[in-house]
Amino acid sequence: MPLLLAGIATLVFVISRLTPADPLVSIVGERNLNNPEVVAAAKAQWGLDQSVFVQYVKYMKNLLHGDMGTSFTTRQPVTSDLLDRLPATLELVICALILGVSVGVSLGILAARHRGSIIDGIARFFALLGASLPAFWAGLVLLYVFYAQLGWLPGPGRLDTRDTPPSRITGFYTVDSLLHGDISTFGNAVRHLILPATVLGLGVVGIVTRLVRASLLDEFSLEYVRVARAMGLRERTVVNNHALRNALLPTITIVAFTFAFLITGAVLTETVFSWPGVGNYAVEASRRLDYPAIIGVTILGGIAFLLTNLVSDVAYAFADPRIRLS
Amino acid sequence: MTAIALPSGVKVVRRRPPWLRGTSLVAVVSIGMWVIVALTLPLWSPHDPLEPIGDRLLSPNAHNWMGSDALGRDVFTRTLWGARQSLPISFVVIVSSVIVGTVVGAVSGYFGGWLDTVLMRFVDITMAFPPILLAMAITASLGPSVRNAVLAMILVWWPIYARLLRSQVVAVRQREHVESAVAIGASRWLILRRYVLPLSYTPVLVNATTDFGQVVLLTASLSFVGLGARPPSPEWGAMITEGVTNFYDWWIAAAPGIAILLVVFAFNFLGDALRDSFDVKDRGR
Repeated sequence: MPLLLAGIATLVFVISRLTPADPLVSIVGERNLNNPEVVAAAKAQWGLDQSVFVQYVKYMKNLLHGDMGTSFTTRQPVTSDLLDRLPATLELVICALILGVSVGVSLGILAARHRGSIIDGIARFFALLGASLPAFWAGLVLLYVFYAQLGWLPGPGRLDTRDTPPSRITGFYTVDSLLHGDISTFGNAVRHLILPATVLGLGVVGIVTRLVRASLLDEFSLEYVRVARAMGLRERTVVNNHALRNALLPTITIVAFTFAFLITGAVLTETVFSWPGVGNYAVEASRRLDYPAIIGVTILGGIAFLLTNLVSDVAYAFADPRIRLS
Repeated sequence: MTAIALPSGVKVVRRRPPWLRGTSLVAVVSIGMWVIVALTLPLWSPHDPLEPIGDRLLSPNAHNWMGSDALGRDVFTRTLWGARQSLPISFVVIVSSVIVGTVVGAVSGYFGGWLDTVLMRFVDITMAFPPILLAMAITASLGPSVRNAVLAMILVWWPIYARLLRSQVVAVRQREHVESAVAIGASRWLILRRYVLPLSYTPVLVNATTDFGQVVLLTASLSFVGLGARPPSPEWGAMITEGVTNFYDWWIAAAPGIAILLVVFAFNFLGDALRDSFDVKDRGR
């Protein structure tokens, strides 16, 4: 695990050195190049006048102290920029996962129970559709239909412009507004979440449906299911109380990794909905070639992956008595 | 072979492979049609994709099936021309990734040892990132252009095939026919080429088919965030960006979006059917 973290940081270092531009520019920004004090300080901190190896060591040291450089566009340390935007992304990703997993598991169960029937075909169609939709386009279509034409749901952003965000406790607008007892802001935040969470959730539905269907069918061929059926249990009991528990184990892992990937992979959805999260930050950064910011988001992606890896191992042990008791 | 007399009433049914039946056949045909469009378009293109045909922002009508965009260019024509970018780009990315992945996976799996460890750790590291993010970071660092986007996508994509092929090679290496080949003194390269690889590459090919759609998506996504093809190029992702600017003129983004959806859906459907018929496990990414 520490090895993987070091590897991720190394890869990111290599990418950050791919740029034809002078790394000095990417650290202090073009405007400060004429300021000898700033330049000297940056050179000392990042070891720029020394060998690549020293630079690498310094880079790692700064990274361990949480220093990822300064963004050109916001002129803030990348770390604090990311921390500001993380709650918005987490709120969106968690909603999308809840939506995607609940729909995906239900569709997967339906498809497996009616294997080969028309229901199976429809579930498979939707699963593949979820995997084929370009998120940025789906977002546009939903916005056009439900916001521009029907007017049922609000447009881009986390809140209506006339609504003020609740003062920050967790950074989740839904949670914060409830903690402040502000029901109308809560409703507004939820309505703003519906479309982006649906778009992001569609992809999750595709993955989860296929996985649950496949692992349920594997379980159905095992003897304990045959025994349960032979004992005359209702099919619903057999599926929900016996087979599903085992079939959901691999789903835990996949859901955990999907979560990790979505934190930095919700790039396109966040862009279309002007969602002020990490993905939007990454896109703004790459449009303006703001290297420290892009690299920062990449590092965050690696960290998210490592953390969820850890959490999913623990969750797995918790859910699977064979691992817990051994 | 001489005909064998069959009991009367028994018909010989020559069955097509399962991935050429029913809905999968529809997928194959629609992919084929896109390929034909991409290859022959310059011969019959309805309009010029880069020249205005008349009024700006025309809504869809009998003459311009998908209307015209903010510069008065025919959206339908431009969407067709998009196939001449997305398909070759994805093809290059997939083929290059399969080649690199095959070489690395084969060497890693067959020779093992420290080389295997190093290569597979590298694969693990690359696969820890969402493909879109890593591709964005690499393209932005190299400088935004179609060439660099292709390079970035290859860098992001080959590890999948390396890992897949390696696991197959490790399994096949244990088999008896490989042991016999070793016993009669065949060289390691010969064994790898003739006795191990032919039994190992199916999952790679099956996954490459499904991934073709994903790479089409990734290509469009990179252009959408401004890192791949740039306007005025008729590329699907770039066209959708123009659609965002002209949000209320829905047809500008509708046509390229449907084109992406059709292509990706066809490849995913075909890949799914191939996976069933070759019994290849989903790699779950």
